[in-house]
Amino acid sequence: MRGKWIPFLLILPAILYLLLLMGYPLFETFRLAFTSNEGVFGNFKRLVESGQFWNAMKNTLLLTVVIVPIQLILALGLALFVNKKFKGYTTILYFIAIPLALSDVTAALMSYTIFSPNGYINKILMNFHLIERPIYFFGYLFKNREFWVVALTEVWRATPLVFIIILAGLQSINKEYLEAADLFGFSKWKKFTKIILPLLKPSIMSALLLRTLFAFQIFGVVWLLAGRDIPVLAGETYYWYTFMNDPNMASAYALVIALVTIIVSWFYITFLRAKHLEGAR
Amino acid sequence: MMKKFLIIFLSVIISLWFLTPVFFIVLASLTPSSDYYNPTKIFPSRLTLEHLYKLFVTLGGGKATLVSIEVALISIGVSFLLGLPAGYALTRYIFPGKNIIRLSMLMTRSIPLIVIAVPLVVLYMRLNLADTTLGVALAHASMILPFVVLITSSVFSGISVEYEEAGMVFGLSRFQAFLRITLPLALPGLAASAIFAFIMSWNEVFAASILTLTNRTLPAHILNTAMASPDYFKFAAGTIMAIPAMVFIFFIRKYLVSMWGITLK
Repeated sequence: MRGKWIPFLLILPAILYLLLLMGYPLFETFRLAFTSNEGVFGNFKRLVESGQFWNAMKNTLLLTVVIVPIQLILALGLALFVNKKFKGYTTILYFIAIPLALSDVTAALMSYTIFSPNGYINKILMNFHLIERPIYFFGYLFKNREFWVVALTEVWRATPLVFIIILAGLQSINKEYLEAADLFGFSKWKKFTKIILPLLKPSIMSALLLRTLFAFQIFGVVWLLAGRDIPVLAGETYYWYTFMNDPNMASAYALVIALVTIIVSWFYITFLRAKHLEGAR
Repeated sequence: MMKKFLIIFLSVIISLWFLTPVFFIVLASLTPSSDYYNPTKIFPSRLTLEHLYKLFVTLGGGKATLVSIEVALISIGVSFLLGLPAGYALTRYIFPGKNIIRLSMLMTRSIPLIVIAVPLVVLYMRLNLADTTLGVALAHASMILPFVVLITSSVFSGISVEYEEAGMVFGLSRFQAFLRITLPLALPGLAASAIFAFIMSWNEVFAASILTLTNRTLPAHILNTAMASPDYFKFAAGTIMAIPAMVFIFFIRKYLVSMWGITLK
């Protein structure tokens, strides 16, 4: 066939650019991570032997496990609701989309206006004489509260991304399937589990994959609200680079993040795809 | 009747959930400092633009905003120039390795930008790009590019290939068909994607703060100066960053759904 090379030619510039500006730095990151006074794996040895690393790993996984399922369920509910296309649904769509435009720094600051000692929750409670002294949500002594404030902020900030992807999937579902189901007298629940959910699987998978990639890089919200009280992998990367001036350790942390994400994504893709094919049989 | 009530009720709850934090940060940035530190005062006795003004003029926020806009515009230019053809190819052609390319575009996000930025500093010194607006813009473009590829591919897939084929039947070349038929139809969606790319660059902090010292973008400037300031300056900073982004999303709200129709098949 003539012009077989055209798609490659169209994609080539983008790939070359990414190779130069992401591939080369990534290669450098590998080099830095495997350079140490104590041999090739020196940085990783230090990493594994430090309690902070395991803490950071634990917190990152914990946040992911708490946040991602909540986001998926909320986003699914919101998408099903907005897809009803009632009067004024575009306004609701806009409100839900607002956090898409906000950086993690901004979202963290918003959370801080609400939960800080001078924040609105304390002001409101004190105004109604429900408490006498402000409740502290931040600080090393209140790690548990900090954790939930961070989780809540992330749920607020990042649910819209999942929502948008799922809504796009929902709108691409062929109406005829649902009409056919009505004809056969399917209940609402049966329509949801037998038709909508299976057809949504590709969108759900993309959303989950994206969210998991981001969850392992969770940083801004944690850093601003909790600092190193709640160490996370990306936070430790930043800490080792900026405060300890140790690009080698920072690179080692970064590679761990990349590795964990790749493993988890691979798991998603094989696991969910296998299930999807099973459903089709 | 019951159903209508339920829809209104849910709409109100959803709106409150998403708007309250925004409302509070804007309110906090307009609250005089004495009222802010008064624990029983929820609503300030008067509103003031003092914090916003100080952040913008005295603390260098104005200059940083200009840098942010410049960086965003350059990075959009670069990422669209390179990403648009790739997005088109991913939608309209079938070729080996297509899914791998699509997936690896998504996977570039598993590499934290903080660490990409470190080796970039070294590369930039060699290329005389260190501490320049262009340098940050090129780094942002590398972050945005994969999204531009995925999002534009999603926009193009929303436009039936049959229009193009019809054009080609009437003697247009594939490129002409694209230029005269598909591109005009895709333009609103592409503009929306560009605005989204703008927001991504506008919000990015780390590459910007590691790659520059004197030409910092607004978030980088804020991370390095306002974080050490009193609370109300932080809220002013949050407000300055939030308002433009919210206005942009308002303009592209219709296209958000078609943009994000990305799935891995």
